[in-house]
Amino acid sequence: MSTNGLIGRAIKRVEDKRFLTGHGNYTDDIVLPKQTYASFVRSQYAHARLLNVDTSAAKEMPGVVAIYTGTDLVDVNGVPCGWQVNFKNGDTMKEPKHPLLVADKVRHVGDAIAIVIAETIEQATDAAEAVMVEYEELPCVVDAAKAVQSGAPLVHDDVPNNKSFDWVLGNPIEEVNEAMRKAAHVSTLEFVNQRLVPNAIEPRSYNSSYDPATEKYTLYTSSQNPHLIRLLMCAFVLGIPEHKVRVVSPDVGGGFGSKIFHYTEEALLTWCSKKIGRPVKWTSERSESFLLDAHGRDHITKADMGFDANGKIVALRVKTYANLGAYLSTFSSCVPTYLHGTLMQGLYTTPKINVDVTGVFTNTTPVDAYRGAGRPEATYLLERLIDLAALEMNIDPADLRFRNFIPPFDGVNQPGYQTQVALQYDSGNYEGVLKKGLEMVNYAEVRREQQEAAHNGKLVGIGFSTYIEACGIAPSAIVGSLGCRAGLFESAHVRVQPTGKVSVYTGSHSHGQGHETTFAQVVADKLGINLNDVEIIHGDSEAVAFGMGTYGSRSLSVGGSAIIKSIEKIIEKGKKIAAHKLEASADDIEFSSGKFTVKGTDKSIGFGEVALTAYVPHVYPKDLEPGLDFSSFYDPANFTYPFGCHIAVVEVDKETGKVSLKRFIAVDDVGNVINPMIVEGQIHGGLVQGIGQALFEGAEYDENGQLTNASYMDYCMPRADDFPMFEMGSQVTPCPHNPLGVKGAGEAGTIGAAPAIVNAVIDALWSGGHKVKDIRMPLTSERVWHAMVDA
Amino acid sequence: MIPAAFEYEKVKTVDEALAALSDSDTKILAGGHSLIPAMKLRLNRPAKLVDIGGITALKDIKEQDGEIVIGAAATHADIMYHNLIKKHLPLFAEGAATIGDLQVRNHGTIGGSLAHADPAADWPAMVLAADAVIELKSSNGRRRIPATEFFTGLFSTALQPNEIITEIRIPVPPDGTKSTYQKFVQPASRFALAACAVMRFTDGRTNIAFTGVAENAFRDGGAEQAIAGKALDDASIKAAVNAALQGVSVLGDHYASVPYRMHLAKVYLKKALHKVGA
Repeated sequence: MSTNGLIGRAIKRVEDKRFLTGHGNYTDDIVLPKQTYASFVRSQYAHARLLNVDTSAAKEMPGVVAIYTGTDLVDVNGVPCGWQVNFKNGDTMKEPKHPLLVADKVRHVGDAIAIVIAETIEQATDAAEAVMVEYEELPCVVDAAKAVQSGAPLVHDDVPNNKSFDWVLGNPIEEVNEAMRKAAHVSTLEFVNQRLVPNAIEPRSYNSSYDPATEKYTLYTSSQNPHLIRLLMCAFVLGIPEHKVRVVSPDVGGGFGSKIFHYTEEALLTWCSKKIGRPVKWTSERSESFLLDAHGRDHITKADMGFDANGKIVALRVKTYANLGAYLSTFSSCVPTYLHGTLMQGLYTTPKINVDVTGVFTNTTPVDAYRGAGRPEATYLLERLIDLAALEMNIDPADLRFRNFIPPFDGVNQPGYQTQVALQYDSGNYEGVLKKGLEMVNYAEVRREQQEAAHNGKLVGIGFSTYIEACGIAPSAIVGSLGCRAGLFESAHVRVQPTGKVSVYTGSHSHGQGHETTFAQVVADKLGINLNDVEIIHGDSEAVAFGMGTYGSRSLSVGGSAIIKSIEKIIEKGKKIAAHKLEASADDIEFSSGKFTVKGTDKSIGFGEVALTAYVPHVYPKDLEPGLDFSSFYDPANFTYPFGCHIAVVEVDKETGKVSLKRFIAVDDVGNVINPMIVEGQIHGGLVQGIGQALFEGAEYDENGQLTNASYMDYCMPRADDFPMFEMGSQVTPCPHNPLGVKGAGEAGTIGAAPAIVNAVIDALWSGGHKVKDIRMPLTSERVWHAMVDA
Repeated sequence: MIPAAFEYEKVKTVDEALAALSDSDTKILAGGHSLIPAMKLRLNRPAKLVDIGGITALKDIKEQDGEIVIGAAATHADIMYHNLIKKHLPLFAEGAATIGDLQVRNHGTIGGSLAHADPAADWPAMVLAADAVIELKSSNGRRRIPATEFFTGLFSTALQPNEIITEIRIPVPPDGTKSTYQKFVQPASRFALAACAVMRFTDGRTNIAFTGVAENAFRDGGAEQAIAGKALDDASIKAAVNAALQGVSVLGDHYASVPYRMHLAKVYLKKALHKVGA
């Protein structure tokens, strides 16, 4: 299969024309005949028993079609969790029901008490205000470390100590403790990886309808994985036949993980649409988004990293309390465990690792995967510790990393690297990205400038992060053995039309990633046709055979590989058709640059002619079916492991504590690259979110369980003028186990960036004699100021 | 984000607006950048909005009898780019440029900001430092009150329910007057976490006003006295900074505790005094 050179080119995104001209088609744009609108009555309290829900006045309001409360749904299942994690003793995790509407007690602010359906959204909103709820307020708990203490309020009456699970991975704790005891130096950090609000630009939106004539449901949903929503909703929640349900995710305005999960509103609207016989639409208000879209992170961690006298890491010990919120969201249980504990090897040869994670219910919004999902938390822990150890041992942080890196391996001539924490890395050249980063930042010079600044009373700091992530989620057999209740393959159906145009039906879903361009580049390249002759179709369960959706930087490595499999089948069949037309043996046909040629001759026919012949098979092999149309499923052999080096240079204002980001260098190795412009854009976005966590973002609950910064007036989203121009570098270490050699780029920036920033600020403070170990993220001016004043 | 139902009337003259205001539970709509979000959250649900955005006379910016007169419906951007302002009242151009973002500056109005009296809004500090007088009209007539008497507390002013702000009048500062607006922004809202407006006259009088620090913007008499008539040097500035915020009840919140906000206010006063002394 030779190529026409489309792979690797920075082609402008074909989808942008419709987005930039206002022609996107989002769920909220869809208005169906006889449309109704829903508004919710939501809990004002973090924890309260429902004594009475009076809908009588609301039902008399103008335009009201129906009102349902929790008591109408007691026989309906809740939304399920998709990943089973076990207690250390082998017990299954505690998985209390997450009801579509609450009947007994509310467990977080925003918990849904009633749905009000009316002719217009204004009428629904007015009527929802008229529903009278009588509460008995209960004591609440918002902090995971406090929630496990005896006597803490119970979020679920039947879950002792609010523990969903406690879980351990790695070497036996006795071995790790022993290695730690023998260490020449131990660096210890107790820190919070704070809770984040995902803030996709498009709020969640659903529009569900039921056709009594065909007994079919259609759900439009702003989801990252419509097929998974269909499966979960049909099989686990509503018990409705899957073949009678169509789920469509049209254009979706960003997800960052928060639109992976099956939310209660999707199933509830579907249930309601049959009850009232009309379509029901609900679009989250921004205030609801803050309270309801599954949050990210929220770990409380104590970690120790032990070193020998030469600065080699000898042991790592981690204890984390992961706040899961009030209910188990779809993938909440795997994020702090299998997407976090498994990354504790980092890029280092650490021989003894033990990770202990307790998953805890609290009276807060459920927590689940958010861009990076577990891996940013792991990276933060490792990279903060190694920079801190460098300061404490007075070893240069780059040098300390070089002493500990796993040596380069390509996964072909050298085997993959077996970690102490279950995973086997595919290929890597970790010292390569750090060397390149040091060159780009001009390391000796910035250190000299730092000294000069310190001399002039200024605080300049340099911070590193060398990260790895597990992407391309995931080999079904491996994740199955770890508790995943789904396969994590991907499907692709490539349909060559009689005129040689190509329609590709992919189970991946694009909500900002640019698949319509990247996937088309792959297909056009491999088939030697024009980019314009390829159409990428996604997001409709009736168009696409099956799909596991887009998350975990998996679309190209898993979804793209499925497309390659179908293309290989098309070329193989094409060779048979061409051989017949050219009166040669199929074994003698070569395919290159869109032409089938008899080897060693100038006899050839084009791809278009073969396509036409497949559908107009007048002259055609006797034993071959007509048509040129193949489906494939691809289940990866391993995760992919992108990695990189991020370096931040900051200046801290001595008087106010304000942090200014002066430079940010990112050298990312994401394997082979299909479209460098899109990869750069993905990394830019990821960096902004990672730096956003370090400097700006953080959900703050008060002791009453109220989210006190649930608006953009108080929750600080990063903005363009907060950043310098990013200095981007790259290295390519191909993935050895997928046909494109790609690793994934969607989460890299977010995973690597935060610790580089915090390390730089700590480094700046040390340069001024303030020897602080940690400052809690986000590094607001006040927190940095306090760190200086107090140390 | 669906407001409760309300009536809406767009008026063409101040008299029409005043007539409409006689209905109870009526709010004036100017730029809408404070009122509309509050209505969408149903924190505010007036029965009627009277839109004064179409009263062109309220947008005028002119010089009259030794005063700069700014119409209450002038937008932040109108003020920021106006030649009279740039020439005579650079404090207002400098400060307006720090308000919100481009969209906010193009819609939000000075009168709306003053009437709303957000404790962290920018205009209150600037009008205080500039010795502005605020003109209010009702169906009973007109009154002018100094900015120093206008701000009475958290989101509260001397404005009566039947009044609208029509003009802000500032004595043209004599040649040689120096001024600055120094603001430390709250990173999310970009309102002032603490900000200081200073106007330094050639006779050594120094007006110092803070916003973002307490329940309402205020002139700091202690700091003003400490620096009045003195040359602006390190020692006098230090004395003024030490004298600042005496007896002020400083606010604490998510982004700035009381001690930190007090510290910031003093740092920004110092910056401002150094700037006008340079």
